[in-house]
Amino acid sequence: MAGAASLRQIAFYGKGGIGKSTTSQNTLAAMSHYFGKNIMIVGCDPKADSTRLILHEKAQDTILSLAAEMGTIEDVEMEQARLWGKGLFDRETPGGWINCTESGGPEPGVGCAGRGVITAINFLEEEGAYDEDGLDFVSYDVLGDVVCGGFAMPIREGKAQEIYIVMSGEMMAMYAANNISKGILKYANTGGVRLAGLICNARMTDKEYDLALELAQRLGTQLIHFVPRNNIVQHAELRRMTVVEYSPYSDQAREYKELARKIVYNDMKIIPTPISMDELEDLLLAFGLEDEVDESQVGKAAHEA
Amino acid sequence: MQEVEKIVNGKDLFKRPEYAEVLANKKQFESSMLAINPAKVDEIAEWTKSWDYREKNLAREAITVNPAKACQPLGAVMVALGFEGTMPYVHGSHGCVAYFRSYFTKHFKEPTPCVSDSMTEDAAVFGGLVNMKEGLKNCAAVYKPKMIAVSTTCMAEVIGDDLQAFILAAKEEDKGEFLPEEYPIPYAHTPSFVGSHITGYDNMMHGIMSQLTEGQKGETKQRINIIPGFETYIGSLRSVKSIVEAFGTDYIMLGDHSDQWDMPAGNYEMFQGGTKIDDAKDCINSSATISLQKYATSKTMKMVEKRWKHAGGFSNPIGLKGTDEFVMKLAELTGTEVPQKLKTERGRLVDAMQDSYPYMHGKKFAIWGDPDFLLGAVSFLLEMGAEPTHVLCHNAPNGWEAEMRALLDTSPAKDSLNVWAGKDLWHMRSLLFTEPVDFMIGNSYGKELMRDTGTPLIYIGFPIFDRHHLHRYSISGYDGALNLLTWITNKVLDQLDEDTKHIATTDYFFDLVR
Repeated sequence: MAGAASLRQIAFYGKGGIGKSTTSQNTLAAMSHYFGKNIMIVGCDPKADSTRLILHEKAQDTILSLAAEMGTIEDVEMEQARLWGKGLFDRETPGGWINCTESGGPEPGVGCAGRGVITAINFLEEEGAYDEDGLDFVSYDVLGDVVCGGFAMPIREGKAQEIYIVMSGEMMAMYAANNISKGILKYANTGGVRLAGLICNARMTDKEYDLALELAQRLGTQLIHFVPRNNIVQHAELRRMTVVEYSPYSDQAREYKELARKIVYNDMKIIPTPISMDELEDLLLAFGLEDEVDESQVGKAAHEA
Repeated sequence: MQEVEKIVNGKDLFKRPEYAEVLANKKQFESSMLAINPAKVDEIAEWTKSWDYREKNLAREAITVNPAKACQPLGAVMVALGFEGTMPYVHGSHGCVAYFRSYFTKHFKEPTPCVSDSMTEDAAVFGGLVNMKEGLKNCAAVYKPKMIAVSTTCMAEVIGDDLQAFILAAKEEDKGEFLPEEYPIPYAHTPSFVGSHITGYDNMMHGIMSQLTEGQKGETKQRINIIPGFETYIGSLRSVKSIVEAFGTDYIMLGDHSDQWDMPAGNYEMFQGGTKIDDAKDCINSSATISLQKYATSKTMKMVEKRWKHAGGFSNPIGLKGTDEFVMKLAELTGTEVPQKLKTERGRLVDAMQDSYPYMHGKKFAIWGDPDFLLGAVSFLLEMGAEPTHVLCHNAPNGWEAEMRALLDTSPAKDSLNVWAGKDLWHMRSLLFTEPVDFMIGNSYGKELMRDTGTPLIYIGFPIFDRHHLHRYSISGYDGALNLLTWITNKVLDQLDEDTKHIATTDYFFDLVR
């Protein structure tokens, strides 16, 4: 078990393409800038896009690509694998700092990305990244769904204790949120991991807020924040920046500040109560996301109906 | 065919006419099919002895031939068997476990208890939790060990099984029937695609020491922990203990398998000796910890020094200088004079070294083995004026090459002494053909090199499968150095006799007194 007792380790999970990396970086930026928190980001996605807004870079060298280059993980130096945030998030500027690592992973279609996550986290532990003076938060940004033991690495004992699921009011995002809750449940009984809230990254679908709130309640957790859609996020992203840095007085920056505040002071951490597929379907029906179909129509093509 | 009344072994059996005929026919058949071209075979065999081949061989990247290292769980199993009544439990495939057991058993000529939870294809897909639940329960119910030490094979590591969560889940499901909450089940992740058996040793030692001592921190006691490292010489463990005992200090040897792998004949018991579990729990309260193998305990010692703040550090008691340093460290930590007993032992060793010095001086050696063993053994060779021409360490960790280089640079012959980090024994073969030495020091895997190159092999290392009882002796401490001296010198003398035995041509030096 690494790190000081006061160290909080959090993780962002969610379906692919939901805006996890964007939401997490903007939120962490707000936690660091407005609340003075010192943070280490551990990107656990072979795409390695969990740190670019903090670093103002396209993508940093990943731990595994460095290991492949050196021939072995033992030859990788911490200074190469861990970069300090730029601009607001540097050690020299006022407020908290953020440092960034990316686990990286194999090319699509080969190898085992889960094993890569394990290797990278072990590397950071052994090199003392968790023992950095003043570190308040470690944040893991995890690819998609909980798929195998490797991707569950960040929620194992001694690693992430609070999981935030990024979702939206779309059906697949809700399926994924429920599935991730199942993964958390598996580890929650034996370890200390807890579900700490849903973050709805709004797509502005019908009744999105109500639906997200309802799902949060069914899972036994809270809808910690409803982040409205705002193009400023994309504008900032094109400049490889977070909104907090790009436009600190914008409405959107205030939203992230509010989400950051809620996470910093969050005391609702629960063992989730995932719902069955039938219940989930019923929920979507109740909110009108799916039209009720007569049982006789199931499996019939359009021209047959 | 064998006759029941008169069984003969393979040495004589295959010389019998019926086998001779079979072998002759086989050869005839294969060469008639042009499978064998003796001239080509000879040509290639000669080429493999050349500098040209050596350069190609040393440039080899993608394959290992005749490795001089083993895999992580082997080291973890050794650690486990050094603790009182502890069953090594390997979470993963059972084939791996059969290998650990037979490897140790062939070396020590003793049974090696170790269990596996037999993960198969379904476990590879769904995870090994079910195997762990059943396995731990079975292990506790059938063998009743005092502790179960869990390590892993590659398969469990690739799929990312979480040992801590699995062990807790197994205890929870068992509801105290066989696996009560306080039952010690320390664990270590030991992926074999990282490091070698010494890494596994380190991981398991770290696992046991950190997990057993949780919540045990109390008053510091004047007491020294000794971590032997991946030590395959039973006698060395005993030598080290006797040195520490000579100082009259309280001590705990963490991971002491000297009784486990040296059981007297009689009633077989699965477990013998080992570090008491209560001592292991209390080792955090000792004032100092000395590790005898730096590269086999780097992670463990990091915890001991940084978190536990113990004095001590590393000391490698092989050879005269190494043992001196160990003894002085103990004198310093205990604040006592060096006991007369040790001074006398030292004096005897120095006397013996002087007797044999002329024979070892200037002799060229090739040597391979684990990193810490090599540092000790090479230091001793240098003390005897020998020239370790090739020092090869297949599982060399970071920093070892530079440390070995610095050691070799203390020799007047330093320019002809080479360090080979990360190379295997097929590399060694090229080195021996192109830059020959007088003797090799290594394990049984040097046997083919001995046959191919004609270089005499002195059996020191691990594993040794084909020579008996060497592991019972010590290579550590003053008495251990005397054993090293005896083995090496006598091999030198054997060879001298061999070279001078020919009547009227070389036997003018076939002397009775050496």
